[in-house]
Amino acid sequence: MIEDRRVDGNAIGGLLADWFGREMTGEIGCCGECGVVNPLGAVLVYLDAPGQVIRCPACSSVLMVVTTIESTVRMSFEALRWIQSPR
Amino acid sequence: MTYVTRGFRRKREESGPPDRVPPGQYLTSDFPVLSAGPTPRISLDEWSLIVSDRDGDAKSWSWSEFLDLPRETVTVDIHCVTKWSKLDTVWEGVSVDTLLTDLGEPGSHVLVRSYGGYTTNLPTADVTGGRAWVAFGYGGQALAPEHGGPARLLVPHLYFWKSAKWVNALEFGDFDRRGFWESYGYHNYGDPWLEQRYSGD
Amino acid sequence: MAGAEILGRLTWQLAEVVEVIDENSRARTIVLHCPEWRGHLAGQHIDIRLTAEDGYQAQRSYSIANAPHAERVAITVELVDEGEVSPFLIEELRVGDRFEIRGPIGGYFVWEPAVGGPLQLIGGGSGVVPLIAMMRARAETDDHVQVRYLSSARSFEDILYRAELKRLAEENDGVSVVHTLTRSHPEGWDGPTRRVDRDMLEGHAWSAQLRPLCFVCGPTGFVESVASILVDLGHEPRRIMTERFGPSGG
Repeated sequence: MIEDRRVDGNAIGGLLADWFGREMTGEIGCCGECGVVNPLGAVLVYLDAPGQVIRCPACSSVLMVVTTIESTVRMSFEALRWIQSPR
Repeated sequence: MTYVTRGFRRKREESGPPDRVPPGQYLTSDFPVLSAGPTPRISLDEWSLIVSDRDGDAKSWSWSEFLDLPRETVTVDIHCVTKWSKLDTVWEGVSVDTLLTDLGEPGSHVLVRSYGGYTTNLPTADVTGGRAWVAFGYGGQALAPEHGGPARLLVPHLYFWKSAKWVNALEFGDFDRRGFWESYGYHNYGDPWLEQRYSGD
Repeated sequence: MAGAEILGRLTWQLAEVVEVIDENSRARTIVLHCPEWRGHLAGQHIDIRLTAEDGYQAQRSYSIANAPHAERVAITVELVDEGEVSPFLIEELRVGDRFEIRGPIGGYFVWEPAVGGPLQLIGGGSGVVPLIAMMRARAETDDHVQVRYLSSARSFEDILYRAELKRLAEENDGVSVVHTLTRSHPEGWDGPTRRVDRDMLEGHAWSAQLRPLCFVCGPTGFVESVASILVDLGHEPRRIMTERFGPSGG
């Protein structure tokens, strides 16, 4: 089943820490489509052919897309409206 | 600086005959399932396929109307940009040429829309002349949802991300609009024999 | 959740295998020594990178199994049939071999005793690995956080850390351990023998009224089913942390 193939933000913890220079899975992200907030560790990650599609666990909107083309990693931002630190 | 780990090697993969398997691909015996999002759950009562031409004139079919159209069974090779290829896959579907009958001039390109929001784009020449189908059967059975059922586009001569799952609409016109993966840096055309994986290839 | 900041960027570090422990015929714990390791929290994972002689690289993530430690990192790897990395780690890798790791990674699916409880740990298959790290972290402190641990395994032989968990439950009033077996069970088995369902959680898990912190880990289908039942039972979604491992290995 396709649904079995989805994982969550924990699986991109290394990628996010590499980009932001600090641990990110505990940070809170807001979906710009539905407004629901969740720790980045709880977002859904679809491992698709050409890249990873990161979706809101509440409404399934695309939050971000990560593509690795040859040696270039691109993180594209879509519905991810903001990220904040819990305290 | 990387460290070579004693005894580790890549999994051996079958490369297959070079006239059938494009460069950089390997053969798979299963049918990997890859997805950009949750499986859309479309009831056959609600399913429809809409095809529009360059002037915006459209035809649509319900599921039972679609199944009444002339159908073909084809055996084709398919190639995924993640490097797996599968030979002699058998599909049942309706040729896109059939869907364009009774519509006006299509124009140069088509934007394909899927239930769930996925899109991809192709030149009209690559989905006509017997090169593409809207397929509802695979391997002699109804196309499973994880593989794009009720129906998906099938364009075997291009990388398989162009064969959009859960197809809902074919919008023909004179403008080429980039679809989902094309807008994230994947090749606009996607010929596996020229290894056109990324834009710039 | 407790902040788990890493200072500075994640870099690949070379780790050396100092011990291998065959947990059963399909799983092995690999203990690594990593001199620049700055410690970790229970629930975190490492990424590993293997490079072949021809330059080919494979990368995977594995949950850390040991309690927080200054220099040692242990992972438990389960065999994936037709896999590329797990057969190498389980069948070929020896003490003295080295490979690259980076981490620790994780700031959401983490627990430390100072955070408190009560704690509800639910793991399917190899999803118990980060949970055993939490049990081990708890065991090392004088804190009396109460914990209920529920694991789902295919057969008796597949229950990871069984003897250790039995001992922890026997020695501690505050620890309860239940295993459910889904495919086969030995004669005389008196535990549950089905997939985790609502009845089982009503019977064995903390009630929602006690507001436990719940950690659910394992194959995606397992995690989503269990998390959904916990919400139905009244647990606050914010107090349920999940880690999906993807499709079950088969």
